[in-house]
Amino acid sequence: MLRYALKRLGLGIVIVSVAMMMLFAMVYVIPGDPASVALGPRATPQMIEALRARMGLDQPIWMQFLKFYTSAFRGDLGTEVLSGRQVLDVVFEQVPFTLALIAGAISWSVLLGIPLGCIAAVRRGGFVDRVVGILSVAVIALPSFVIAIYSLLIFAVALRWLPAIGAGEPGNLKSQLMALILPSLAVGLGWVGYIARMVRASMLETLEASHIRTARAFGLSDRRITYSYALRIAILPTITLLGVGIGHMLSSSVFAEIVFARPGIGKLVYEAISVRNYPIVTGAVLVTTVFFVVVNVLADIVIGALDPRVRASFD
Amino acid sequence: MTVLDVRDLSVDFATEDGALQALKKVELTVPKNRIVGVVGESGCGKSTLINAILGLLADNGSVTSGRILFEEGQDLAHLDGAAMRALRGRKIATVFQDPMGALNPVLSVGRQMRDIQYRSGLSRREKDTRSVAMLRKVRIPDPEKRLAQFPHEFSGGMKQRIAIAMALMMEPSLLIADEPTTALDATLEVTIIELLKELQQQIGCSVLFISHHLGVIAELCDEMIVMYAGEVVERGTTRDIFHNARHPYTRKLLACDPARLSHRAARLPTIPGTLPDLRRRPAGCVFQARCEIADGVCSTMPPDAVVTEGHVARCWHTSEALAVEATA
Amino acid sequence: MSEQALIERRPLTRLGGLGRTLRRIMREPLGALGLSLVVFVVLMALFADVLASYPSTKLSPADRFQPASWQHLLGTDHLGRDLFSRVLHGGRIALAIALGATGASLVIGIVLGLIAGYGPRWLDNLMLLLFDALKSFPTVMLALTLVTLTGPSLTAVVVVVVLVSVPGYARIIRTQTLVLKSAEHVMAARSMGASTARILAVHIMPNVIGPILILASMDIPVVVAIEAGLSFLGLGVRPPMPSWGSILNDGFANIRDSYWIVVAGGLPIVLTTLGFTFLGETLRDVFDPRLRGRG
Repeated sequence: MLRYALKRLGLGIVIVSVAMMMLFAMVYVIPGDPASVALGPRATPQMIEALRARMGLDQPIWMQFLKFYTSAFRGDLGTEVLSGRQVLDVVFEQVPFTLALIAGAISWSVLLGIPLGCIAAVRRGGFVDRVVGILSVAVIALPSFVIAIYSLLIFAVALRWLPAIGAGEPGNLKSQLMALILPSLAVGLGWVGYIARMVRASMLETLEASHIRTARAFGLSDRRITYSYALRIAILPTITLLGVGIGHMLSSSVFAEIVFARPGIGKLVYEAISVRNYPIVTGAVLVTTVFFVVVNVLADIVIGALDPRVRASFD
Repeated sequence: MTVLDVRDLSVDFATEDGALQALKKVELTVPKNRIVGVVGESGCGKSTLINAILGLLADNGSVTSGRILFEEGQDLAHLDGAAMRALRGRKIATVFQDPMGALNPVLSVGRQMRDIQYRSGLSRREKDTRSVAMLRKVRIPDPEKRLAQFPHEFSGGMKQRIAIAMALMMEPSLLIADEPTTALDATLEVTIIELLKELQQQIGCSVLFISHHLGVIAELCDEMIVMYAGEVVERGTTRDIFHNARHPYTRKLLACDPARLSHRAARLPTIPGTLPDLRRRPAGCVFQARCEIADGVCSTMPPDAVVTEGHVARCWHTSEALAVEATA
Repeated sequence: MSEQALIERRPLTRLGGLGRTLRRIMREPLGALGLSLVVFVVLMALFADVLASYPSTKLSPADRFQPASWQHLLGTDHLGRDLFSRVLHGGRIALAIALGATGASLVIGIVLGLIAGYGPRWLDNLMLLLFDALKSFPTVMLALTLVTLTGPSLTAVVVVVVLVSVPGYARIIRTQTLVLKSAEHVMAARSMGASTARILAVHIMPNVIGPILILASMDIPVVVAIEAGLSFLGLGVRPPMPSWGSILNDGFANIRDSYWIVVAGGLPIVLTTLGFTFLGETLRDVFDPRLRGRG
């Protein structure tokens, strides 16, 4: 198990390093100088030169590259151009809000998706199965920002059931939860569809397995066979799916945070763009990328812990 | 006294091309404390027979005639789901062919053994104690420790022993063994067969043993039936059938058994031809298309010809069958 | 024996005749719905000039914030522009970008996939690593970084789409190429001295093109969503050019009083994404059930 986890972790580190290289290359290759971008069109050449020196952009490319790597791995993503604060601090301030949003989205998708997929599989070919199938495709297809805006229009503006903006009063859990409902639904609704479809498919596959026949031959109840013996195997791919899904949810959360005026990483980056605060943008992108890769490594390790077969196949 | 008495059992499956008759008028008795073998090529209806007895026929399958009488006369063919489920695992236990896939891969062996004792009313600790005792009986070394392990941590032979332990744990009156040794190599096969025989005597249950391996049947079974295309073509004591087979199909089957070949053959003999289409069964004898001694009369349904007491062959030409081979 | 005679072509997917394809799609209720929606959306975009009675960028301060009526089927926005005209013309841009960006991604993905699958082992591993790293950026984050540096533009939208979708196409082409590389007919052609280019063009491409086209058709709604999303954030299509995303953005600022603007901006996105998705799902189920779960 430890060997499996270490292997997975090693692969994750390699991917993050390559992703950082790409980010660096992108900044370097794309025409446009970060310093002049940051200062805007009215900056004098002297100002740009001074900022370039402060950002280390006047040094040779390999020096910049080395410095970018070494400081990033020490957790130093540089300082914000205007206020001089540590980029990492600024980003981490927003992390809890985005995490709450994604946790909410995962709750929606798991709590609705798994039972729906299960019911569809058990009632295969029936009315419920067909309805769940069509709805799943539909919610997967709809872009999350359209869901965000329409749900805001319906539930917050027209019906006034739920708050339209903000993350709720600090310290007031109920108001925070109320403020979380709509944004997390917008982020998670598509994943309800993905998970329902996947659980249905893997449930049908599992129910065909010969160990399920054994369980029946031993007189175990249908309920126990479906929900304990089969579901336990059928939900395993959900973990991998959610691991991949975190990346998409991070994307969707940018829209949800903007539409519902919630603090969070997405909103931070969006606002940083409009004032051309370039270190914040790369810093936040790096943090979310690392987060995404770490989540996927964790998902694989969890799968390994839950499914002995995966562990065995990795050796 | 009989434990299982199958009478006139027919099973149909609904398919897109019409009904497929997988079993036709199957007769089979399993006396108490006896081991009865079922032999036949793949596709002869062995699995359908098991599923019909266990009440686990696929959704498109149904019993169209006959009865499956169990112990004191409960008819398994017409038992409701809950009553059937109460028998499965407790009175009728099964060991399946594929030891690799027969156990749930994500649950520990101990958990699965505990789960099947759900009707015993024992505490968790008592259930585990029984599981350990049972694993010891099938000679799994260090059973206390093994209980926490997962199926993939056991070898194929060990998994099959565990499956046998699970099947016999509730001391059933009937054990159905569905080709339990087919997936194992020859040396393992012998030990599993001996283990089964030993435990059967200890527990005093009857066994319905399905195999296409004639050697195993000869070794283990008291009585046997030979199935072809969903019909029982010959039944009797194992000794009678091995020494005095009267159905042409049985004789062919015996002739094809590599262990019984009297001379060295460059190529194993096979029976020419294929199984008939079960959606369009031939009128009369089901084996006629592949039979060397079939004639006009074979297109009418052959009778159950009694060879000796309890030895029956469904054929018009039970005496010619002997003569043809003697001259060949 | 000629090289042709040795070839046993076993294409993964044969799209067959157009008429037969259409009939098979129309047999499925979901496919029929999807195809109708797609045809509707495409026709509306093609005939935007005929159907729309107002220029899409014409300001008319007197008509600001008009709800839907016979004069303005979808109402007007905060500058008095007719939303119906803007939606139709926005559709042209959305579909043009979807087709252009998907086409570009397809070409690049196929080339990279063939190189990875047919080229040396180290190059294959390197490319897989790059694809994995590229996929580890959340799409919108990648787009935001890019747009910060280049400024908002149509090109930026296309580049984002290409960066996001190339790894997926390339991976599938690579896998298929690896399988086919050792297939008998390719081996035979190779032993007869066919050039790499010829093998790729004659023996491998025809076999991988079917599934990849189905996947691409399923990616069209995703591209439509990316364009609309970036334009909603003000990072895609620049005003005054109409885009469904920017209509949503205009409406979002006035959502409390003039709900019809966001409705007008969202509706075409909903119809287009659902239409293409239903159609793509049906295509996949009809022609290549093995692709299920990869979309």
